[in-house]
Amino acid sequence: MIHKYQLNGYYIVLDVNSGAVHLVDKLFYDLLDDVDEAHLTEHCPQQIVDKWSGCYPEADIRETYAEIVSLHQADQLFSVDDYDRFAKMMTPSPVKAMCLHIAHDCNLRCQYCFADTGEYMGHRQLMSFEVGKAAIDYLINHSQGRHNLELDFFGGEPLMNFDVVKQVVEYARAQEKPHNKLFRFTITTNGVLLDDDKIDFINREMSNVVLSIDGRREVNDRVRARVDGRGCYDTIMPKFQKLEKARRNGAFDQYYVRGTFTRYNKDFAEDVLHLNEMGFDQISVEPVVADPSAPYALTEEDLPEVFAEYERLANIMIERAGTEKEFNFFHFMIDLDQGPCAIKRLRGCGCGNEYVAVTPDGDVYPCHQFVGHDDWKMGNVFDQSLDQERKAQFAAATVYGKEECRHCWAKFYCSGGCNANSMQYRGDILKPHTLSCELEKKRVECAIMIKAALAEQA
Amino acid sequence: MKHVKTINHANLKESAVKGGCGECQASCQSACKTSCTVANQKCERKQK
Repeated sequence: MIHKYQLNGYYIVLDVNSGAVHLVDKLFYDLLDDVDEAHLTEHCPQQIVDKWSGCYPEADIRETYAEIVSLHQADQLFSVDDYDRFAKMMTPSPVKAMCLHIAHDCNLRCQYCFADTGEYMGHRQLMSFEVGKAAIDYLINHSQGRHNLELDFFGGEPLMNFDVVKQVVEYARAQEKPHNKLFRFTITTNGVLLDDDKIDFINREMSNVVLSIDGRREVNDRVRARVDGRGCYDTIMPKFQKLEKARRNGAFDQYYVRGTFTRYNKDFAEDVLHLNEMGFDQISVEPVVADPSAPYALTEEDLPEVFAEYERLANIMIERAGTEKEFNFFHFMIDLDQGPCAIKRLRGCGCGNEYVAVTPDGDVYPCHQFVGHDDWKMGNVFDQSLDQERKAQFAAATVYGKEECRHCWAKFYCSGGCNANSMQYRGDILKPHTLSCELEKKRVECAIMIKAALAEQA
Repeated sequence: MKHVKTINHANLKESAVKGGCGECQASCQSACKTSCTVANQKCERKQK
């Protein structure tokens, strides 16, 4: 399987199964339409020469055809799909990542919140240390031989329960040596309650911190408001700047300012640029996932504008590469040589299998987005229970377990999408959320085009 | 080759055989939380 596309003046061909990315000329690009993948002959068929001889010199056509054959023989074009055997080997894995819902409460009322403004269709509640401690024990117990364990403090707003965050970190650190584990903590915060003490602790202990802000003041404050309706931009921006600055000299440098864009700001590249102007160079701004009836929801009809904006952003990033204004955009990050292995790409996000979420009551769910959907509860940290049948169901939700994904050219880049979105919008974790697919495919095309442009410039 | 430039070392199939250690970061632990993004994760193995 190949995928070819034109973007920004580049002719790009992806060989899906090998992962090869080819930058080609127009002749090569055109000829691919006429090449019979299943019966690739050694010499160029006469009908191909006849078809294109009015546009290109015959010698060039034959030369290009020979290059196509040569790449095929090197297994870098029309390479065989032999991943099914690996997909069939996908069995339940140890649990090694946990989203700890330290607070089912929030001091903001963001319009698009999937977490029901922090309540998760339940009631406002903070996690006790007792539950947090049991969650750490649960993670260690279910992680078997895995060494690297990940724990994300999530909410609601985790800073509303920061004393317990500190206690849980202290407890987990004490378990590392006896159990031969390494904990990597992350925290996702709206920043309202950040102060010097919390910034210091986060920068000392958290390997990654996700700072929620949508970009420009008017964009952020329209959808990210406090309980009384006031916006939060002026409160959080200086705190985030302070945290980022302090983090530069700390033990961990990873962070993201992370926003959501909606139908209200389809010019979201401006928000990315604003965040960069304010001093941040690690930026993620993601499309809202919402019921199409919501006023802020993105729908099919918004796609042309959103696609154009992704292209505009990609071009800006190419212009800024290597300059002081260079920045990283999370969804355009792609490593074409040393990225994740094919097994990781087949397995996908790992939710319900190697990744789980734990509520303030200690209930275990496949991931944070399943919390509140009682049918999907998988266990509880106090009795160490974990529904193995459900776990096996998620382990089988690989790219090749999803019929629409296995035939998609983007399968090894997106890895099957978000199972929670699939469940919520199509009623089946094996049926991907179509709008998200379209957006992801566009992002992958842009990300690879950036690589192609930078390779050309080099 | 004159008409094509391959800009990476195609190693996906090789990584299927050698990979799968499971030590790399779960994608939702990085920055997404609402949109799965796997291809931008780092491999934990220093040498593949």
